[in-house]
Order: sequence, then C-alpha cells, then structure tokens
Amino acid sequence: MDAIILQILNGLDKGSAYALIALGLTLIFGTLGVVNFAHGALFMIGAFCAVTLNKILNLSFETVDPSRTDFLGNPMVVKTPYVEGWFGPEVGASIIDWSVPLSILFCIPIMLAVGFIMERGLIKHFYRRPHADQILVTFGLAIVLQELIKHYFGANQIATPAPDVFRGSFDFGAMLGMDPNVIIYPYWRLVYFAFAALVIGGVFAFLQFTTFGMVVRAGMADRETVGLLGINIDKRFTIMFALAAVVAGMAGVMYAPINSPNYHMGMDFLVLSFVVVVVGGMGSLPGAVLAGFLLGILESFASMNEIKSLIPGIDQIIIYLAAIFILLARPRGLMGRKGVMED
Amino acid sequence: MLGLKKKDLTLLGVVAALVIFAPFILNPFPADSAMAQFNAGYPDLMQRFVIFGIFAIGFNILFGLTGYLSFGHAAFLGVGSYSAVWMFKLLSMNVIPAIILAVIISGLFAMLIGFISLRRSGIYFSILTLAFAQMSFNLAYSVLTPITNGETGLQLTLEDPRVLGETATSSGGIPVTNFFGLEMRATETLNLGGWSFQFNAGYYLCALIMMIAFYISIRIFRSPFGLMLRAVKSNQTRLNYTGLNTRPYTLAAFVISGMYAGLAGGLMASMDPLAGAERMQWTASGEVVLMTILGGAGTLIGPVLGAGFIKYFENIFSKINENVLHQWFHALPDGIETPLVWVAEHFVGSGWHLTLGLLFMLVVTFLPGGLVEGGQRIGRLVRRRGESKKATQSTPAE
Amino acid sequence: MGILEVKNVGKRFGGLQALGDVNLSVAENSVHAIIGPNGAGKSTLLNCLVGKLIPDTGSVMFDGQSVLGRTPYEINQMGISRVFQTPEIFGDLTVMENMMIPCFARRDGSFKLNGIKAVTSEGEIRDKAEAMLKDMNMLEKRHMHSASMSRGDKRRLEIGMCLAQEPRLLLLDEPTAGMARADTNNTIDLLKQIKEERDITIAIIEHDMHVVFSLADRITVLAQGTPLVEDTPDKIKGHPKVREAYLGESAAAA
Repeated sequence: MDAIILQILNGLDKGSAYALIALGLTLIFGTLGVVNFAHGALFMIGAFCAVTLNKILNLSFETVDPSRTDFLGNPMVVKTPYVEGWFGPEVGASIIDWSVPLSILFCIPIMLAVGFIMERGLIKHFYRRPHADQILVTFGLAIVLQELIKHYFGANQIATPAPDVFRGSFDFGAMLGMDPNVIIYPYWRLVYFAFAALVIGGVFAFLQFTTFGMVVRAGMADRETVGLLGINIDKRFTIMFALAAVVAGMAGVMYAPINSPNYHMGMDFLVLSFVVVVVGGMGSLPGAVLAGFLLGILESFASMNEIKSLIPGIDQIIIYLAAIFILLARPRGLMGRKGVMED
Repeated sequence: MLGLKKKDLTLLGVVAALVIFAPFILNPFPADSAMAQFNAGYPDLMQRFVIFGIFAIGFNILFGLTGYLSFGHAAFLGVGSYSAVWMFKLLSMNVIPAIILAVIISGLFAMLIGFISLRRSGIYFSILTLAFAQMSFNLAYSVLTPITNGETGLQLTLEDPRVLGETATSSGGIPVTNFFGLEMRATETLNLGGWSFQFNAGYYLCALIMMIAFYISIRIFRSPFGLMLRAVKSNQTRLNYTGLNTRPYTLAAFVISGMYAGLAGGLMASMDPLAGAERMQWTASGEVVLMTILGGAGTLIGPVLGAGFIKYFENIFSKINENVLHQWFHALPDGIETPLVWVAEHFVGSGWHLTLGLLFMLVVTFLPGGLVEGGQRIGRLVRRRGESKKATQSTPAE
Repeated sequence: MGILEVKNVGKRFGGLQALGDVNLSVAENSVHAIIGPNGAGKSTLLNCLVGKLIPDTGSVMFDGQSVLGRTPYEINQMGISRVFQTPEIFGDLTVMENMMIPCFARRDGSFKLNGIKAVTSEGEIRDKAEAMLKDMNMLEKRHMHSASMSRGDKRRLEIGMCLAQEPRLLLLDEPTAGMARADTNNTIDLLKQIKEERDITIAIIEHDMHVVFSLADRITVLAQGTPLVEDTPDKIKGHPKVREAYLGESAAAA
C-alpha cells in the first residue's frame, strides 16, 4: 500500500510536466490546427528563464575587505550580489533564494513575447500548409532554439536550486498515520504538483467562464463557422498561442529545481508529450491532462525495482508501449473526438 | 536499355559519371593551396556522401511517393549498423554477409514497426514512428547493452570468434573489413602537379551499391507499384473505392525504405566497424528528412543532391573557427569585422546544427520543392528572359 | 429479385433518425433514381450501400451477398463502383495515370508484389486505359494534370475510372451538382450512352429533375428517411403525393 502511494506521488511531478506541455500542445493544435514540434523548446526556454534570473540575481560587485586576508596575506576581495547591496543582506539573500518562484514573474513577459513572435512571424504562414510542412518547420525551429541555448549556456546541466524552505523532504507516510520513514517526499515536488493543478485549473476556468474562452472553444469545435460569424478569430488565436507558450514556460521554470536544465530537455519532453497528446486524444484538453498524469504515474510504477527485475528495461519504454496499445485499441485516444485529425 | 526511358537513363548516366569521377570533381584545389579546405575528396567524406545518399533515396521512396512522414528512420540505420558489426564479430570480416544481414534485419524490424504505425496516417503516423525510434534508442542504451554495448558502442575486439575468418591478424591486431580480400581502407593516391587525388576501395564499393540502389529506386518510381504509391499520396478515398486496400502498398514502401536505411547502416559499419546508439536518435532521423526535402522530395535526384549538399557543408562548416573567420574578413575595417565575425561564428564549428535548423526552416518555408524545384524555377526564369529578349528584338522589326 | 436488395434499413445519428425502414429493389440493367428533398437521407442511404456507414437495422444484399460489415474496397471488389458528389480523382497525377490505376486494380484485385507480371502486363494495361479514355472522348487530354481540368472533365474522368473496373452496379451521387448547364448536358449524354452500350445497373441520387427524368427507368422518392413512393418516371410526374411533398415547388419553378 505504502509503495503504491509512493509511486503515485513520484509520478505526479513528471505527470504534471507532461500534462502542462500536452495541454499547451492541444490548445495550439485545437485552435490553430498546427502541430507544434517547437513546444518542447518553449518548456526549455522557461527553464532557462529560471537559470537566467538566478544568474542575474547573483551578479556581484567586488569590495576589498581590509579586516580579512586571503591565504597570500593580501586583503580579501569579497563578492557581494547587487541585490544584497541594494536591499540589505537579509532581504537580498532571500530574493536570491527565491529566484525560481520569482522567475515565474520574469518568464511571463518573455514567454508572451516569444509566443507572439513565433505565431506572427512563422506559424501564421503555415495555417494552410499540410501538416507535414508544419511539423518540419517547427522541428527546424526547435533545433534553432535548442542550439542557441546551447551556444550561450553550454551543454552541461545547470543546477538551479529551489528556495531553502522547500529543499528538504517530509514524511508523508507519518502524516497519513502510517509508519514513519516509509513515504518520504520532497517538498518541491508537492509544490510543483500544486502549481500544475493551479495552472491547469486556471486554463480550464479561463476557457469555461470568459467570453474569450467561449469563442476559443467554439473555434476549436468548428473554426470555419466561427469565422463566418465575423469574429476575428485569428487575433484570438495569436493570444491563445502566446498563452500556451506561457503555460509551457511556467512548467519549465518550476521544473528547473527537479531536473537541472540542459539544452536538450525540451526535445526529451516533447517526444513524450506528443505521445501523451495522442494517448489523450488529439484536440481533447481533458484527455491531455488525464493522459499526462496517467502516463507519469505509469512510468513511475515501471521504475520500481520489483517490476524492473521482472521485466528489465520496462521503465525506459513503458510510455511508448502503453501508447501503442491504446492507439491500437482506441485509435482516437482516451477522449478523442470524432472527426479530429482523421484524414 | 536497362528497362529505362531515355530521360531516366541519362540521369542514371550522369549520376554514375559524377560518382566515378568524384575523387577529381571534389578535389578542385591543389593540396597545399589556401582553398584546399574546401576540398571534399577524402575517402571517409566521399563514403559519407554516397552512404547518406542511399539513406535519403530510401527515405524518399516512402515520403516522396506516399507522403507518409516517418520520424524514426534512423532506427533502421542503427539496426543495420549493429547487425553488420555482429556479423564482423561472429562470422568474418567480409562486408558482403554483413551488408546482407543488415538489410534483412532492418527489413524485418521495419515490417514490425510499419505494421503498427501504418494503422494510422498523417500526424499520428509521424508521432508513432518517432516514439518507436526513441524507444529503440532508449533500449539500445539500457537493457540491450549485451547486444549494443550501451554507451560505449559496439566494437570489434581481439576475443571475437569470427568463425570463417581470423580472430586476430598474424601481427596481433584486429583484422580489417574487406571485400573478398580487397581491404576497404585500401587507397591509391594519384599526384598530378599540385593536386593529389585519392581512390579508395571502400568508396567505390559504396558507390557501386548506391548506383544499384538508385537504379532500383528509378524502377520503383516508374513502375505500376510506384504509381499506386503516388495514388496513395494523392487520394486514398478514391483508391479505396477502386477496390484497393492501401495498407499493403504503404507497408511495402515502408519496408523497402527501411531496408535502404539498413543498407546504409550496414555500409557505414563496413567502412568503420563500430556502431553506437546515437545513430538512432531523432536528430539523425530529422537529418534524413532534411536531406530529402532540401533536395526535393518525390524527385529522383533530389535526395542524392540533398545528402551531398548537407554532408559537404557539415564538413566545411565544422572546420571553420573564429581564426579562420578573422582571416576571411581581415580586409574589412574592425568596426565591421568584429560584429560580422560575432554573427558568423554562431553558425560555424559546433554551431553547424544551428545552421542546419535554420536551413530546415528556410527550405520548408520558401522552397518546399527543394533544390530541384529551385533549379527548375531558375531554368524557367532564364528561358523566359531569353524569350522576352527575342520578343523585344522582333518588335522593332515590324 | 433485383441485383441490389435493401431491406428494412434504419440508421440513427444520436437523436436524429436519418433512415427509418428503407426498402428498395434495383433491377439488373436498369437505371434507378433516388430523389428527395434535402435531408431526406439520400446520402446516408448511399453511404450504407458502399460500406462507409453501417446501418443499425436491416440488410443490404448485392447479388445475393450481404455487403454489411465489409470495407469499401471489399464492396468495390464485389462489383459496386461509386461516383462522388465532388469528383474524387488523383489530382496529382495525369489523366492517363488516373485511368491506369483502376485498370491495375482490376488485374490484381489486391496488393501483389509480382515484379515480372507488373512489367510484362504494363503495355496491356496502357492499351486498356487508352481505350477507355477514347470511349470517354478524353484521349487528347491524357497528358494533362488532372487537377487542372474543368469540373465536367473531372466528372467524366471519374465515371470513366469507375467503368474501367467493369462494375455491375454504378452508384452516382448527384453527378451534376455544381455544374454549368453545358457540362450537365454532356454528363447526361454520357450516362445515356453508357446505359445503351454497356450491361450495367445504375443507381443515381439526384436533385436535378431534368437529369432524373431523362435517364431513370424507375424512381424512388425518399422523404424524411422513408420511401414515399416508387414508380416509373411518368407515374411519378403525376403522382399527387410526390407533387405535394417535393415536386410541387420545383414544378412550379419550372
């Protein structure tokens, strides 16, 4: 029982990331009808927003402290981050400590801009082109973005820690009244899950309760008819694309402490997120979220030692296997609608 | 002749001539001149040209004819490489059994993957093949380590049995790959004045096989089977209402193109007997897609052109570094030189992939028909110029 | 006993009863028209015949065999060819290549990888395709890109492709929809010629009364998913029920 709870918990954080990326992919596909292979790159850019802000906050000025000496006997040069200089050591240090959550505010304008430029500058011209062309051009864009990041940040992973208070783990089992030390769970993963739930809830509420969301949902159901009503659907779709970019970016920011960002994380997540979208059903938002969590949890179960000793390597391929079986049994995916992407 | 129409026969002849004289054509600059860095007539580079040519020709049979965009073709290349290296380890260093096994195994593998992936079309098909390739890549890195030797890659050792060959040479080294005794690395050098031309046995074997592969591809394009495949791309509904089940056709095309990829993988291992999982990565799959599109998907010569183009510029761009750039732009004033070098260095050296990505976007956006279409457009433009010139000349006479 | 027997066929889409209890018998070597106002269920009925839809109830027998549960290509192999409302041809191919495909399909039936046979019989297939193009008066257009032709020519090509398969039953779904008057008349002439020259049964769904009355041997009038009446064209013209339900307006317009 405790093992099962532990694996479900472990699956939640990866599942959250899959769900957030898949949600954005589905939004873009459902509204714009575009298959965006560069969506993983948006996730990666988000993670590097966290890295960048962390670096900016750590920018330091140097002062000479005559009261201390280094090992050569010269007066010691002390590096002090500017923020500590401006806000005082206490506040400054905690600003640096909270750089990852702060990065969310930092990433929103950046992702909005990136999303806007991408849609207006490139994707727009591909609405009427075949899906193969859309795949290829966004694939090229993904390579470009990834290589640019590699050029400026290097090929290695960059550790980006979570705030100190969330760095530890807590005994989840004891909270449930089980034996202590059975289910130990890091705080940050729980934060990530809560954050993902909030964002997903926000997106759904936005689509459900605002006029804008209503038009977008109508557009997803039948683009041509909505166009005939005289609603400028294209403009709304641009905003939708930027929104999906923000969702992916925020997912990336918050994921940085769980898995230190590197330049190819986007593509790693993209392939799996596509599988998630296909399993959930192309064009179905609840399907994407459901499949994201299901596959995340499934993956975490497959990486249990008991299962790995039974079927070696299953953790590496379980998602793909599940996807193949689901597609063969239910070609439209778990919650796919009829008539979407059935050429 | 050879069951080909005159136009196709000419094309085949031109390609054959280019391939035979490649050591001359690709080495236009004297060996010690400053321009020698643009030479491409080295055995291993020429081998790469023709091997990737085979890979792209095969990919084009699937994508160019049926329109099914596979993002997992590198998996077949990898499987071919592994099979060939195993043949070198177990049987002998002769490349022929290795190549045959590579083609058979990759064909079987393609049949399995194609059988499942082809149940869906369009974007689903692309994602399914991508997922399968990624799965194979993960497996090769982890569980299948006894077969693939994981991250290190599969290599020959002095303990390999090699039933029909020798475990080690008399001098105690690992034997080299050969074609019935002719060593693949054997190279003749011809020095003519300042030029030095290299003729490599392995290159000519690959070239011969590429010509056969190219010939078969022409026959497929011109055959009723090829017509059916183009019909699949054009209108599946009509084909269904003409009493045809499209799946066997697409599966056959998928398996054939998988076998071409396996052949390329087997040849790669024959030239350099090692195989690694990175050959199966999605970037490698993306590269063959780019080659085909850049050259012109659905055209006969396009994939060969695309493969040559990309491999040539990969080689050149990777060699250029900041110093070379400074030399080039030396004549310019510093105020222009520095930013120019700063921009250019993004795209050269290890920045080659960035160039590749940009190229991808530019080609898909502006030249979806690839180099072949580009050439045709220029041809039309020139012809129209010529005609309008004639027209303007004739008007005053009236 | 007709070549096509439709018995008690019904089909629902959610809350909509598209077809309720349709009975239809098409006699061999006749032209049978199915007419009815928009939403009468004509297209649904046709889709049930070719395997695109599976009816909820009833049976569809072609030449004594049930077609239900078979895929469109299997039904086509039984001898039913279909012409679509918007011509479905291979737009990327030339007219000649378009015509060669049904000729190949007829030879092989289904997929066969027989390289030798493919090469040896190619000439024969070309001859056959050319003969059919000649019959369709399209021989001079054989090198044209088929997507660049007029709608009437596309329709002519599509009908020719169906005939090249030598089907026993030809289904036409509003063959003159969206056509100019001249193209419509050409199509009528073509169909008349086919009817006279070939042993073929034709079932035609049509909106245009002019087309129906110049071709049909028998007419079934469909309204709200059920057959209203079935009779010869002359009788249908004067039938009060039909006048009331359908012809009234168009007769008045004419």
